[in-house]
Amino acid sequence: MDNQLLYAALEDPSVLDGELSRRGALRRSGLLGAGLAALTMPAAMTALAGRAFAQAAPLPVPIVNALNVAYLLERLEAEFYRIGLATTGLIPAADRAIFMQVSKHEDAHVAFLASVLGSKAAVIPAFDFTAGGRFDTFTNYETFKLLSQGFEDFGVRAYKGQAGVLASNDAILTAALRIHSVEARHASEIRRLRGLKGWIPDTETPSPALAAVYAGEGNTTHLGVDVSGFVDAIAATEAFDEPVSDVRVVFAVASTFFRR
Amino acid sequence: MKKHTPPTERAALDFCADLAASTERRRFLKWSGVTLAVAAVGCSSDSPAAAVAPVGTAPLFDPGFPTVNLGTGDVGILNYAYSLEQLEAAFYTQVIATPYAGMTAPERQILDDLRKHEVIHREFFRAAIPAAVRIPDLQVTFASVDFTSRASVLGTAQVFEDLGVSAYNGAGQLLENLDYLLVAGKIVSVEARHAAAIRDVLQPKTAFFAGDDVVNAQGLDVARVPMQVLPLADPFILTNIDASGLPTAPAIA
Repeated sequence: MDNQLLYAALEDPSVLDGELSRRGALRRSGLLGAGLAALTMPAAMTALAGRAFAQAAPLPVPIVNALNVAYLLERLEAEFYRIGLATTGLIPAADRAIFMQVSKHEDAHVAFLASVLGSKAAVIPAFDFTAGGRFDTFTNYETFKLLSQGFEDFGVRAYKGQAGVLASNDAILTAALRIHSVEARHASEIRRLRGLKGWIPDTETPSPALAAVYAGEGNTTHLGVDVSGFVDAIAATEAFDEPVSDVRVVFAVASTFFRR
Repeated sequence: MKKHTPPTERAALDFCADLAASTERRRFLKWSGVTLAVAAVGCSSDSPAAAVAPVGTAPLFDPGFPTVNLGTGDVGILNYAYSLEQLEAAFYTQVIATPYAGMTAPERQILDDLRKHEVIHREFFRAAIPAAVRIPDLQVTFASVDFTSRASVLGTAQVFEDLGVSAYNGAGQLLENLDYLLVAGKIVSVEARHAAAIRDVLQPKTAFFAGDDVVNAQGLDVARVPMQVLPLADPFILTNIDASGLPTAPAIA
């Protein structure tokens, strides 16, 4: 699936109907997001973002596309945490403060990106975080935490992968970097909540479900410099996070959780 | 944060001299075209991270130490990052060499990992920046840190990690080469992981890992341009840093 088709699909999910019919058609009603409850954002927050990034000219298409990749993931995360926090008995009281802060940030990111994108914001399909019953996401806290970790670590990689596309607009690049580091804070905290280190070693063997999230994290060559010998090989893989630049990979991960 | 009214240069020097007894050492940055609130930079002993607003005094420097020029353009930004990584690597090396009493095994593992990562970052920049334009090893001081105190060590770690996050976030827009932007991105997310971990150790099971003190109402993390970062790092760096050639951008709110 080429990138232009992906971006077109985010604008109008019906273009995917032909593409995906081989694997079982996605029902049009689901893709149009009719079932997705509207997220209410504080009006002031959205207004602030809009004012700060008031654009004299329309954003270039590559920047719109890159921001929509981020917007898709933020919408996914925001909905995931909203449901998780609203599910009685799922998140232990002791951990609620963590997830409430994460949720607050994802909501803020959605509002911010929506404000920057304006009418160019993608139409986001409805989500099913059980992936058709594959995951007991909201009935098993361990599963909820595992997916949370996956979403946060993957979000870091996706933002990183789009930074170069945003580089021609200083304000948008800076905002994206500032969101990216927040996602990294989230990822660190969720990993630690699961008894892991906050950083990603190459020895990580997560659930096979998360294989796509961590593929390539073992890279130790940056700007032509092999860093594996400076201290030790594991620390070398932890010290740098890797991007995911291929939007198809991002879409594949996100679409796992589209409602079918 | 207490703000000092901008003194004249002479008044600033007198003010700092008066406070010399309560501070271990005055360190000043040599700036060109950028001015500092001298009292806040050299004289604050409450917090390693005294916030400084650029105001009207002439540049000052510590005459006992050499001046290094970070350079211009992308090389300048890489040297700037290299400076901060040198500082962090030296700090965590000291932390592990002289651990505070009662350091738990998990705390030690975190702090040793941070040491390893910052050393790797430092050595990466040493290898990546051509020798002809690379700054030398900076002389640093941690006289303001009590390495026997968990609060002092972890508090300083938190400051350094948040500062590093803000520095990389603010430097992205200043880089021209997209390969350098990518590597800065690869490092900043690790610094943010560090920051969250230290904050989690300090205030477990709270929102502090990504607290409202660093993440604003739009969900944006701290970001600072070099001229906002260097005054905060300066209390720990003896070598004078000439950042006058760096690319500039407006201070980030």
